[in-house]
Formats: sequence, structure tokens, C-alpha cells
Amino acid sequence: MTLFSKIAGVASGVALSCTAMAAQADVLFWSTQAKPVEESQAMREQVLAGAGQGVDYQPNDAGPWLTRLNAELQSGSGTIGVLGGLHGDFAAMSPDDLVDLSDLGVSSASETFNTLAMLGTDKMLYIPWMQASYIMAANKEALPYLPEGADIDALTYDQLIEWAANVHEATGEPKFGFPAGPKGLKHRFFQGYLYPSYTNGVVRTFASDDAVVAWEKFRELWEHTNPASTNFSFMQEQLLSGDAWIVFDHTSRLAQAFNDRPDDFVAFPAPAGPAGRGFMPVLAGVAIPRTAPDMEAAKALVKYMLAPETQIATLRATNFFPVVDVALPDDLPPSVQAAGAAVAKMSASPDANPGLLPAGLGDKGGEFNRVFVDAFERIVLARQDIRAVLDDEKGKLAAIMEETGAPCWAPDAPSEGACPVE
Amino acid sequence: MSARVLPYVLILPVTLFLCLFFLYPFILVSQQAFSNGSELTLDNFREVTSHWKFPISMKNTLLLAAVVVPIQVALALLMATMVSKMGKGRDLVLYIWTIPLGISDLAAGIIWLAIFDQSGFLNSMMHGLGVIDKPLNLLSYQHPGVVFLAIALAEIWRATAIMLVILVAGIGLIPKEYYEAAEVFGASPWKRFLRITLPLLRPSLQTALVLRVILAFEIFAVVAALGGTLFPVLMGETYAYQFDLLNSRAAAAMALIILGISIGFTLIILRVLRVPKGASI
Repeated sequence: MTLFSKIAGVASGVALSCTAMAAQADVLFWSTQAKPVEESQAMREQVLAGAGQGVDYQPNDAGPWLTRLNAELQSGSGTIGVLGGLHGDFAAMSPDDLVDLSDLGVSSASETFNTLAMLGTDKMLYIPWMQASYIMAANKEALPYLPEGADIDALTYDQLIEWAANVHEATGEPKFGFPAGPKGLKHRFFQGYLYPSYTNGVVRTFASDDAVVAWEKFRELWEHTNPASTNFSFMQEQLLSGDAWIVFDHTSRLAQAFNDRPDDFVAFPAPAGPAGRGFMPVLAGVAIPRTAPDMEAAKALVKYMLAPETQIATLRATNFFPVVDVALPDDLPPSVQAAGAAVAKMSASPDANPGLLPAGLGDKGGEFNRVFVDAFERIVLARQDIRAVLDDEKGKLAAIMEETGAPCWAPDAPSEGACPVE
Repeated sequence: MSARVLPYVLILPVTLFLCLFFLYPFILVSQQAFSNGSELTLDNFREVTSHWKFPISMKNTLLLAAVVVPIQVALALLMATMVSKMGKGRDLVLYIWTIPLGISDLAAGIIWLAIFDQSGFLNSMMHGLGVIDKPLNLLSYQHPGVVFLAIALAEIWRATAIMLVILVAGIGLIPKEYYEAAEVFGASPWKRFLRITLPLLRPSLQTALVLRVILAFEIFAVVAALGGTLFPVLMGETYAYQFDLLNSRAAAAMALIILGISIGFTLIILRVLRVPKGASI
């Protein structure tokens, strides 16, 4: 080894250990949100750069996210400072593993969200961080085929089916798009949209006669749905490629379409059924695990995430809306404007039937979703008898509700004790 | 060091490694599979086997293995015989044939997805040749046969090489004298293959089959890439239990079921293709 290479080696070694030390001082923000590369980069550069302390933002899938977190909790010492996740991610954890944030002095403007964040205890176990919803979007080329007399901002499911049928007939291809892929959020459509709109419930009415009608309607819609939907997970891709003209998805999974070609697409509220216009929010929160290495720094970061300017920056970075009262600036990206308007119309519609996120299911959230996904796969893909499938899946749903003791949530009528499947 | 102790010293590192990274996790997984947190129970097994997708994923996994493995054995035998007959260029051909071995199974799945996709190579080729008017969606729930075919093709392409490598090594070990003697007695090439190559290849064939069959029951990434949720297999369901449903106990039970099937088939192969003691070459 020459002298030069020795020096170079030492120098790089020193440099490496310096970065390692710097990384150690950063607060590790371990998140299930803002996973796409552009979003996590925007989180780092536009949202967290102003935090006043070093933050290492690391997003991951919910599975690995929980695996690492549980490993740290079990070993009793950790490196994760702040957790970012959906309501369901936190609900799956044991409340003892999250630090009580009640006295931090920050909370959401929505009391409903604050109550959800207590996870059934009397302490704030996470702080609501940002919110979104699911909406419909369409290619403007589909608009001429709207059924006569239909108002795109007040569609019914029957009109949606007719519209999709018209497009199917005119183009020769089924152009409705549904996120039924492995990573798609199809279960939320059934839980928060189809069931509330037809049965005014989710759990109680799971196997009701109204539910049979709902599934029949969905089968009709499926006739005009791009069969490749079972591979679709982010509908913005199919909107942009033209494989689907009318779609349903999470606002942030439609954002790219509106941002890339704002003049080509419209966003509009979800359709209404006999029991109103069912829709559901998405709520993400920030929390601190009990093993956080630097509690003060973690709490400071949680506070920073709730500051109005941070919330606006987060909106730009992730297309998730603020949970605190804040005036939105005018120069927001097209996706945010389109989605914001659609959500506002949806909540303000006279027949609005807002639902809540499943609560109290603990770590059974995945199994709860699976009941709806299984029902979809059996009824729609495998074309099994609707009544038979619902009666079969009903038993599993009832077992989950009894085991967790979760009370009913809107739009189901309140229950004493576990929500019954009727 | 005495010659009696030396072998044990030499296998000590591997033994320690296996104990730490295989045996210990295996014990933990078994504990999870047979417990419900407090007591011993078979509930986890009951839960996973009573799910409506279990028979389907079991059938799919076995069917895939039953179709893919025999084709791979035949192909690997053919290719190994060809390679062993070659003089010049033998190494080059062998390297090219074993390229898929260096590709991860997920990457292999994605390569075949690029072929079968709605906007993939197969569709553009058929469109270019005028066979079809517009791109077909081949990998959809409406064409389960095509999904199966795509997965089988990807698996054959990806994993035949591992058998090939083992068989090429095995053929190299067969002494030339047997073939020369057979030729003297006028045995046809086919007969020489049946009466000399195949029987003497038995130990290699055994190894190759055991390895391949175990891997066939663990198929996951290729299926995930090509079939998504359309073609449930045992390993995919295990993943779903662990990461989608956060139910480690059910996932552990599934893992043990797969292990049980693998052990069962390994024993069958070892028994059927057993080499009588002292008969090895």
C-alpha cells in the first residue's frame, strides 16, 4: 500500500465515522406514509428541512415498519424517534407502547379525529397529522357519455353504471377503473362507500338484503370495468395511460394525473345510493414509541409537524390535507385544488352519509379488511352466489367483532359492547 | 490435532451457523405455530386450513410443481447431455445457460411480466404481425390458464439451470469406459443414455430433484409479479398472514405446513432414487 492510499483510506474512514455520528444525532422519523420516492424526497427537503433539528425521514411498507418497531419495543431500546402512520397502523399496536401526548398542547381541529387518536383510552396516543379521502376522477373524454340529466357532482350509483356502460359501448372497451390490485385500496371502497351508500352501515348490515343489492350493483359496474383492474393499485397510472377513463381511488393516488395533465381530468364526489352518499376519511398521525432515544427531540418534531406552515408544506409534498385550521394558499398544485374541491362537494352534499374509520379493531384490522376483500374476490371474480358468500363471511366478521369487542362506528347505529352483525 | 477430532472441528463453524440462523428461528416459529400466547393448541393450523383460499393455494402450488419439475428434469437432462458431448465452446454455452441462475426470482418475474403485460413484448409483437387488432390483457382473472402458463414458463426459464449444473457435474463423473464397452456391444445412443447415464446419474439426479422440489414449494416472487392475487400459492398466503393480517401465528403454521410437505417429498425422492450402499461410482 502506498502512503497516498493509506492517507486516503484514513481520510475516508474519518469521513464515514463523522456521517455516522451526524446520523446518530438525527431524529429517526419512521413512517408508513409518503413512500413514493418523490414524496419522501419532498418530505425531507420541503417539510423537514425547517424542523430546526436533523430529521432522518424513512418510509416503509406497513409490514416491515411494524416488524422493526416491534423488535425495538421488545428489546426495550430503540433508535426510532417519531412514528408516522395511518390510524389503522397505530390501532394495531398496544397502547402501552405509545407515549402519552395529551400535554403536548397540539391537536387536530376535529374532535372526531382527536377521539380516534386516543385509541379507546383517555390519553392522546398519537396526534392527528394529516387527512385525505377517496374520490372519483375521470378523463374529460368520458364526459360526453354522461347519462342524460346526470350531474357529475351528484351522481348516483345507477348513473355511474349507466355512464360506464355508455363509455364501454362507445369505445368498445370497458373503461371504468378500480384499484383491485394487491396494493390497491379496494376494501375501503366497500367499507366506506358501497356499504354505507346502500345499507347505511358496514358491520351490522354486512349480510343484509340491502347488501345483496349493493353487491349486485357492483357486479353490474364490474361488467364495464377494465378486467386488468385486478392489477391496478394506483389509479393515476391508468388515468394517464388511458386504460381507464372513470376511476375511484385515494386522493394522493390520483395526484400525479392532475399534476401532470391538469386540463385532461376532472375530480368529483363519490356516487350516492339509496342510503345516501357514503364516504370515508383517511387519517394519518404522528406518535412516539416508548423506546424513543431522545424524548425531547421527538416531542419537538411532533409539535413541528402540527405547525400551520408545516401542514401546508406537507400538503404540497404528500397531497394529504391539514388537520388544523389553516388558510390554504392559492398557488397549490392542481391535484390539491381538484381533490380539495371534490371532497368539499362530497361533504357538503345534501345526501352526505359520512362514515368513520374502523376503530377498536386492534391488530385485527387486516382480518377485518380481508373479509371485504374475500367477499369481493368470491362474489365478483369467482362469481359465487352473493347470499351464500355473505352468510359465510358473516361468521368471520362476527368473530372478529366479538374478539375485539369493538363498538359500532358511523354510519352503523351505536352499540353497547361489540358491534353485532345482524 | 488427531484425525478423529479434525472432521468435527471442520464442520463446527457450519453447525454453529445453522444452529443460530436456522435451528433457533425454527424452534421459535414452531413455538408460535403451536401456541395461542398461553397454551399449546392446533387452532392456528385449523384457522389457516379452514380458510377458503387454502385448498386453492395448496392445489396451485402442487400443480405448479407437478408441471414444472418434470419438464425441468427432462430439459436439464437433455441440456446436460448436449453440453457433455461438446468440445469447443462448452464453457461458453454452459455460462449462457446458467445466466438465469444469477437473476433473482423477483427480477425473473418482472422480466416475464414485461413480456406478458398488456403493453408488453408479446402483445406488441402479435399486434405488429397483425394477429390481433388491439393489445390483449393476458394476465387477468379471466384467463387463469394463461396466468398459470406464464408462471410455469418463468419458473422453467429461471430454475432449470440449477438442475443443469448439478447434472453436468454428475455426468462428468461417469467413467468413459462404460460407454466404450457399450459401444463395442453395439448399444444405440438412446440405449446408452437409458442404461448407463441415467442409472449412474442417480445420486446427482437425487440431489437436483430434492433441491428443485423444495424450491418449487417455496415459489413466491415469480407468482407475485405475474399473478398478483390471481394465483394464490402457499408461500404467498404465508406472506399475507404475516404482513397484511399481522398474524404471525397463522403465518408460522403455514410455514410449518410448507416445511411438512417439503420433508414429505424429500423423503419420497430419497427413497425412490436411493443408491444402494457401496454401489456409488
